[in-house]
Amino acid sequence: MSAAKTHDEPAPPSGIDQAAEPPDESIAAMVGAQAIQLVGMGLEIASVFIRTLYYCVRGRPDFGAVVRQMFEIGNRSVVFLTVVMGFIGMILVLQGGLQVKRILPEFSMVGASYLELLVRDLAATISALMLATRVGAGIAAEIGSMVVTEQVDALRMCAADPIDYLIKPRFLASLVMTICLVIWAAGVAMLTGMLTAYVMFDVNPRTFFNLHLVDTGDLVVGLAKCLAYGAAIPVVAGHSGLTTHGGSEGVGWATTRAVVNASLAVIVLDLILSAAGYVLLGP
Amino acid sequence: MPPKKPPSASSPPPSDVGLLEEIGGGFLGAAATVGGMGLLGYQILRRLVTFRIDRAETLRNLYRMGVKSIPIVIVTALFTGAIMVIQAAPLVVRLGAQGLLGWGAGFGILREIAPLLTALMINGRVGANNTAELGTMVVTEQIDALRVLAIDPIAFLIAPRFVAMVTTLFLSTIFADTLALLGAAYGGLGLLGVEPKTFYNGLTSGLLGLSDVTSGLIKSIVFGIVIALSSCQYGLGVKGGAPGVGRAVNATVVASAAGIFVLDYFVSFTLD
Repeated sequence: MSAAKTHDEPAPPSGIDQAAEPPDESIAAMVGAQAIQLVGMGLEIASVFIRTLYYCVRGRPDFGAVVRQMFEIGNRSVVFLTVVMGFIGMILVLQGGLQVKRILPEFSMVGASYLELLVRDLAATISALMLATRVGAGIAAEIGSMVVTEQVDALRMCAADPIDYLIKPRFLASLVMTICLVIWAAGVAMLTGMLTAYVMFDVNPRTFFNLHLVDTGDLVVGLAKCLAYGAAIPVVAGHSGLTTHGGSEGVGWATTRAVVNASLAVIVLDLILSAAGYVLLGP
Repeated sequence: MPPKKPPSASSPPPSDVGLLEEIGGGFLGAAATVGGMGLLGYQILRRLVTFRIDRAETLRNLYRMGVKSIPIVIVTALFTGAIMVIQAAPLVVRLGAQGLLGWGAGFGILREIAPLLTALMINGRVGANNTAELGTMVVTEQIDALRVLAIDPIAFLIAPRFVAMVTTLFLSTIFADTLALLGAAYGGLGLLGVEPKTFYNGLTSGLLGLSDVTSGLIKSIVFGIVIALSSCQYGLGVKGGAPGVGRAVNATVVASAAGIFVLDYFVSFTLD
């Protein structure tokens, strides 16, 4: 029932559009159609999110599924994330150090600024972009295959809401595992950054590991970002998976949509939370 | 298999897949993929130097991959520009130098963030889509049908996609550089009260040179090659129906993203 609603929702506006507009599409019509589609998708995602929250409180507790998804999301991403964050740490310190060398050849503040940037933004955001790719694609591909092979319809026939059965465990698992993975990723990036600074610019690790610029505000913003990304990725990807249609090509499309939408969600949330943190907590 | 892993790692009998075997298997798999990508790249190169490439298909792919990605590139670039300003803000406030904002955000955007984030978004949209499409063709035996008709699938399908993807990413990065700087300039005005004029002065005051721009653009070409090769390689290697396509798409976005970051480091390292 609920899915029938989500499938029908975007149809009426586009139908009205086509009836009202002459056959040749003007730019205004194209932009308008895009905007209507975007708003419709935003509403659908919000509806999935609210229903997920509802089922978290009132739904069937399924601890086993949550643990399985935690393994799937956490353990399966850890190697990928370690490689990426390791290289990110090296790149950032290398680029930052080269710029500092151009202006003032004094490296004592590189470590402190780098750690602040890492805690406040980069650890959470880059990990989340990677998780949007890795976890988002995985969730959409899995749920999309279930939709295509009519397993989701079978769930609905059994009076089980697919959101309760499929999205809720992924949502809870992702909330927990995103925080764990981001902390791990920050540690890895810190270590490789420290090594790079030592090898390339002769910065003593003890000078580098300087936490006095990291204050409570940075930590709060960083953790808020972890929570927001952890909640957004499974909801957006689950929505893409549930709206799959067509055979194997449909699954591919759903996966693509999940990666793009989840990455965009991460970037938009990053801007909102960074701006809010800057306005509320100061620089 | 997951629940069985801890006992098998602690107990010596090699009845199950051991940890060492798993690591070795992973390395062999990665080596096979990279080798396959190299071979595919060689085959594409051979078609490119002899101009055996389908022109209509190239144009069609350029439109599908390039023109259709413009909205995502615009949104990503504007937002990242603004984010970069917020992240550079403490530096500016602490040093009290508004003129440094253009430099701080500018070098981050031109050298790293614009090429990297554009590549990640194009990887998600174009790379994943390409794998899905090629994978569907493999599953529905359309590639075999091409071979039966004596049409070379590499010249007809793969080489045009390769060219289109590399071109798309290169042009998108130029576009994203500009838009991200615009987003940064107006983000600085909105959040820090730094006039866009001050921002552009900081940008052009001589601390940033052409090498910053070219370094970002060289990266974008490298990323384009990685995305194109890995998405074609995984797409052609799909096995097992619709779930197989989903798995391949998942694997390709992960492999390309890891490849992008690893190569980013080496390109940064060699260029400076």
